[in-house]
Amino acid sequence: MAGKTLYDKLWDQHVVQTRDDGTALIYIDRQLLHEVTSPQAFEGLRLAGRKPWRLDANLATPDHNVPTTKTERDVGIEGIIDPVSKIQVKTLDDNCDEFGIVEFKMQDKRQGIVHVVGPEQGATLPGMTVVCGDSHTATHGAFAALAHGVGTSEVEHVMATQCLIQRKMKNLLIRVDGELGEGITGKDVVLHVIGVIGTAGGNGCAMEFGGSAIRSMSMEGRMTMCNMAIEAGARVGMVAFDELTAEYVKGRAYAPKGDHWELALEAWSDLVSDEDAEFDKIVEIKAEDIAPQVTWGTSPEMVTTIDGFVPKLEDAKDDVERSGFERAYDYMGLEAGQAITDIELDRVFIGSCTNSRIEDLRAAAAVAKGNKVADSLKQALVVPGSGLVKEQAEKEGLHTIFTEAGFEWREPGCSMCLAMNADKLGSGEHCASTSNRNFEGRQGYGGRTHLVSPAMAAAAAIAGHFVDVRQFELVK
Amino acid sequence: MKAFEKKSGIVAPMDRANIDTDMIIPKQFLKSIKRSGFGPNLFDELRYLDEGQPDADNSGRPLNPDFVLNQVRYQGASVLLARENFGCGSSREHAPWALEDFGFQVVIAPSYADIFFNNSFKNGLLPIVLDDATVDTLFKEVEANEGYELTVDLENQTINKANGESIAFEVDSFRKHCLLNGLDDIGLTLQDADSIKAYEAKRRESSPWLFDQVK
Repeated sequence: MAGKTLYDKLWDQHVVQTRDDGTALIYIDRQLLHEVTSPQAFEGLRLAGRKPWRLDANLATPDHNVPTTKTERDVGIEGIIDPVSKIQVKTLDDNCDEFGIVEFKMQDKRQGIVHVVGPEQGATLPGMTVVCGDSHTATHGAFAALAHGVGTSEVEHVMATQCLIQRKMKNLLIRVDGELGEGITGKDVVLHVIGVIGTAGGNGCAMEFGGSAIRSMSMEGRMTMCNMAIEAGARVGMVAFDELTAEYVKGRAYAPKGDHWELALEAWSDLVSDEDAEFDKIVEIKAEDIAPQVTWGTSPEMVTTIDGFVPKLEDAKDDVERSGFERAYDYMGLEAGQAITDIELDRVFIGSCTNSRIEDLRAAAAVAKGNKVADSLKQALVVPGSGLVKEQAEKEGLHTIFTEAGFEWREPGCSMCLAMNADKLGSGEHCASTSNRNFEGRQGYGGRTHLVSPAMAAAAAIAGHFVDVRQFELVK
Repeated sequence: MKAFEKKSGIVAPMDRANIDTDMIIPKQFLKSIKRSGFGPNLFDELRYLDEGQPDADNSGRPLNPDFVLNQVRYQGASVLLARENFGCGSSREHAPWALEDFGFQVVIAPSYADIFFNNSFKNGLLPIVLDDATVDTLFKEVEANEGYELTVDLENQTINKANGESIAFEVDSFRKHCLLNGLDDIGLTLQDADSIKAYEAKRRESSPWLFDQVK
């Protein structure tokens, strides 16, 4: 009999019951909650007179709507100028208080983007099932956990029953072998993967990232990659457990201690795909082939390299893609064949659940150090992923590097990734963004998003247009 | 959840692939703490010529005459026809809430993003998968015939055309059962509370660290 994949193992360990129709009841170890997708779930519990099944499996923090300016944040919830956002953040506080769920409230320094906070607290552990009403929950799979986004009905279902009704997905392995070039990050790798398999390439699959390039990648790089599995259509992204995983988890607030740590380590060591495991599909990528990536269009699969060009209509594979290209040229205000380095930028955003961790900020700061944001830019924002990331960055003096270079240093939250707070693009503005989606209107009505790594975003901020971060010293 | 009823409906064609959830319901409307009222802002950025605001009156806003749902021939549509990977992007259940609130009962496309697909069933919205060629034919027929209607018979898993032709479709039996009976699946899962408790007790023994209390 063939061995098991990591996904097979995680699935098998969480089956409460298998049903005749092929679905299964799956136990959920951790649910993360935020203000946008939870109010209707709490309301559902109240209406049905239900209580959460297991309070300590839940952890909440507001992130999508919170303002990122210090003046607003210092006042607390009353400082949120947008009245609709204020109600939503307040509702999360009220619901968590009423039901007894632990919440890192807006002024708690542990507050932050839910996908930064979970791992940072050790609330995401190897071998867990983790859900959250947010598609970027795939992030937590970097810890050899089975993590995916759910809708609000399922948030309520998990709160009420600690389970989800699921159908097993297919096993997809993305194997990245070789050595990544200088300046190439997890972000570039995952954008490259999306470019290869397409935005629907992982539909119906649990996607494991393996190969030597992933093994030598940091936990934060792995998180960035798993985070964007959903942009390739896979609800689940995963990386096998190894020493790096253990090292990252050890000592964190929610991580096991003492005897329990030893027990856990022993169990976690099996959280890898067996050598003879069978995948439904394997995609092989050569690490050496990956250059810094920049998206040009309105879907993450519309991606090319820094030395690339906006594709021409004849490059499209079929009529549907051709009309997608046409719409994207129009929306993005770009021409077929235009060089990526010729795209002039209006704003730069460094942040989001994809790229707002300490390594991301270090990489951006290394480029920003001693330089100035181009005069042509209206704004360059740096938004740390959590209060603790912010604290660490300030300890290292990164905030000074950023502010001296002309970047704005903000309070933690989702911010301009989806523009639910005041941080947004104006219509027609081009933005180099370290976030995850370049959909129409995502960062603001009529806004034009280009997805890049943190170092590439910082370099673009200084040049005013895209530049190859590998040659940054030469071209600036 | 309302039970799914068989009825005929006008088909509205949106001829594009990768229709994402930001397009279906833009983020500013996600600030609502309710489940209803999203219909007027469905496809907001495509449908209107100005930027929509939450909790605002939409009746006086300038409509985009080129957008399919604004065209007279598609008024009252309850079946949405689209291309591959419909509903990609975020997990926002506001997307099916908005489609359903607008009046859509069925979406037909060659493929869907997983989370959207799942969310739809929880809200009485039926996402039907048909192969590319069949979807292509439907686009042509809708285009050629004003007032083109389809009748979706979930019980028998068929889509019936006015000319008597019928297209069969697949649907998961559990989801079909829930949809036809308007069942809330939390109640169903709680019927298995004993199994969940037994599993939990076992897990507490095998993986005790998962139940550590953080001080």
